[in-house]
Amino acid sequence: MSYFEVKNLVKRFGGLVAVNNISFSVEKGEIFGLIGPNGSGKTTIFNCINRYYSPTGGKIYFKGKRIDKLPTYEICRLGIGRTFQVVKPLRRMTALENVMSGAFLKTSDVAKARDRALEVLDFCGLFRYRHFPAKGLTIADKKRLEIARALATEPELLLLDEVAAGLNPRETEAAMEIIQKIRSSGVTILIVEHVMKVIMGISDRIMAINFGKEIARGTPQEIVNNEEVIKAYLGESYAQGK
Amino acid sequence: MLKKFWFLSIIIVIAIILPLIVQSSYYRHIFILILIWGALGVAWNLLGGYTGQVSFGHAAFFGVGAYGAGLLAFHLHISPWWGMIVGPVAAVIVSIPIGLICFRLRGPYFALAMLAVGEICRLVFTQWVSLTNGAMGILTLTTFSSKLPYYYIGLAILSFSVYTVYRLMNSRAGYYFVSIREDQDAAESLGIPTTKYKMYSLIPSAFFSGLAGAFYMNYMNYIEPSVVFSLPDVSIMIILVVILGGVATLWGPVVGAIIFVVLSELLRSSLGPAHLLVFGVIVCLVIMYMPNGIMGEVDRIKKLLQRKGARIGSEIT
Repeated sequence: MSYFEVKNLVKRFGGLVAVNNISFSVEKGEIFGLIGPNGSGKTTIFNCINRYYSPTGGKIYFKGKRIDKLPTYEICRLGIGRTFQVVKPLRRMTALENVMSGAFLKTSDVAKARDRALEVLDFCGLFRYRHFPAKGLTIADKKRLEIARALATEPELLLLDEVAAGLNPRETEAAMEIIQKIRSSGVTILIVEHVMKVIMGISDRIMAINFGKEIARGTPQEIVNNEEVIKAYLGESYAQGK
Repeated sequence: MLKKFWFLSIIIVIAIILPLIVQSSYYRHIFILILIWGALGVAWNLLGGYTGQVSFGHAAFFGVGAYGAGLLAFHLHISPWWGMIVGPVAAVIVSIPIGLICFRLRGPYFALAMLAVGEICRLVFTQWVSLTNGAMGILTLTTFSSKLPYYYIGLAILSFSVYTVYRLMNSRAGYYFVSIREDQDAAESLGIPTTKYKMYSLIPSAFFSGLAGAFYMNYMNYIEPSVVFSLPDVSIMIILVVILGGVATLWGPVVGAIIFVVLSELLRSSLGPAHLLVFGVIVCLVIMYMPNGIMGEVDRIKKLLQRKGARIGSEIT
């Protein structure tokens, strides 16, 4: 049994099949990337994993335990953290309080939660903004805050949903650095990303999907050369003409 | 920190010696009303302000608390002071099913359900004459001839509720309450069981509302459904009091209660029922110019005063 496994996942919204029979597994310690054009179902897969949505069909296992029927908070308690593509900062709380809210998962002691939160803020390069209200942060820092908050719950598996989208090149570099640092601290990462530089640069394996279906899977090298992937991103004529 | 400690000590000392200086029983009556409204506001604020679960029917808890005390005396002929235990417990019992049903949903369901519960309580307590004596209300005997004991009991209740909220808000639960208010999805994804923590906020809120109600019964010695379950005069008024004083601030509800009670006493004789109009206008002005309420904007007010002071100072030199 794999460390984390999605089996025949299906999510339907009325007549629309957003995720159509997706299966994959992630091994401990790896960075697994998920790519696909807009609306291909990447975020829906994430939302099914942490049960923000209930899957229509299929099974999800984490460390051998079936989790697709558990409530969202229980999934976090098992060790799966996530960030949101459309950032959800706790707006009127400071950056520190945001991260503390995550840190309270492992301790009920306020001082301990604060220490842990400060550590994580430092790790993510947000230490100097710790007393800023979250709503006042830039988008890049809000994305970091998403990561910091999820990290504070001390996850074993971290779901990163487009943490580099909308960032400038320097901020993107910094985000990649943080992701690498998280991985070397022993956290397994499942990442959805549009910014190719990020996902190709850090993923061990990538799965490409389109219209909710898997179209390719392999190393970053294999993926960039895959005809189906090129077709999905750039259109049929480009794929044939090359 | 030290400054805060001194400030708090001074307030406590003033609160303790105030009724000893002010001998008039009318003024003491006003102080007691402030204490009751303060406790009620603090209770509402825990749920509505910090946790973001706005209730339009806190009169249900207040009234059930009051009747919990009143019915003991009416049917069992025991002291209504026992109601100080029975009343709040009854309010909590009423609150639990409402919370369990509504807190799973998002949106305005809880607010509206509470509105309904408040009105249902009012109607049931009016119609069920054999149990509640209906619209005739319940009359009990006065325990103390002086207002002084009532004042100190009220002060104890208010202090107890403020202290409880303070302790809660400085613990994990407090951080969770605010997280739920700010973004329920984010809170869930951080491992916070949101339904459970909304209940943890509702239960003390109902308890202190019920306690305030039970004390109201003991103090006024007369209650009727249209007074204690009133939608405009209790349920809505609590919300206005808290908005005025400062939503999600520790002392805001108390400040709001002081302004509300003093104002309605000052204006009642001259304006009659229209005194509420003045209060309404003040609430509107506060919402427009101090959206966080008086205690929520306390830093801004301080800054403004300081700037003014500095300007005056510079003009002199």
